[in-house]
Amino acid sequence: MADKIYAGKTVAVNAEGYMLDPSEWTKDIALEIAKETGIELTEKHFEVIEYLRKEQAAGTSLSIRKVGNSGIVDIKGLYQLFPGGPLKYSSKIAGIPKPASCI
Amino acid sequence: METPLKKVMIICAKGTIEDVYAALIMANGAVMEGIEAKMFFTFFGLDAITKKQMNKLHTATVGNPAMRMPGGLVFPSLLGVIPGVEAGVSAMMKKQMDALDIPPVDEFLDMITAGGGEIYACKLAADMFKLTIDDLSEHTKAIITVGELYAMSGGEGTQIIFV
Repeated sequence: MADKIYAGKTVAVNAEGYMLDPSEWTKDIALEIAKETGIELTEKHFEVIEYLRKEQAAGTSLSIRKVGNSGIVDIKGLYQLFPGGPLKYSSKIAGIPKPASCI
Repeated sequence: METPLKKVMIICAKGTIEDVYAALIMANGAVMEGIEAKMFFTFFGLDAITKKQMNKLHTATVGNPAMRMPGGLVFPSLLGVIPGVEAGVSAMMKKQMDALDIPPVDEFLDMITAGGGEIYACKLAADMFKLTIDDLSEHTKAIITVGELYAMSGGEGTQIIFV
């Protein structure tokens, strides 16, 4: 566990950089985490991020298949939005825990 | 310092549900982590990418010592030979996998190729089973020789995994 400063706020994150408290998340924090990951966020990214936050809050176990079936973006599109880590990077930027999913 | 894994070559030589899914899950898991993945299907593993068979894979109810009844009792091999029993067991496995969000084979291949994974068939096995590229799923990039497989397996941080 460590603290990071994003958008002028002190945010608690785990060793891998995932935020510990999703309620601390803001869009400005997302932009900064994304920058660290080398991703420039667009409206489409935020649609995916908001979907992930909503599902995570509802207790859904997340997978790229679920995102692909969400109607927001297909799986190929998800890989294009978050290259090299469609689920791990999108979750990190969404301020939610890293999904414990193999799919 | 450890060399991070950069590429996995996953060879699938068996056609049962559990073997094919082990290979698919490893390949999909790799591309999700940003690791390059190439799959090579050979021998009975070719069923997983053969249009007619790919979504109708089965499991072995005979000669499988890990097969158990619901509740954990040993599954007698003799029971496995009764018509319909194997189909019932395979259907139950698929239902349990669906509940865990594990997709059917064709959709799984969609997911892997969407992430940049590549699917190949073994030339020798395809010749043996008299299969051409037209018999294989559209995910299949090419039918290749073992030499071509090795030629793709170069580079630091590459592992070959045999299922």
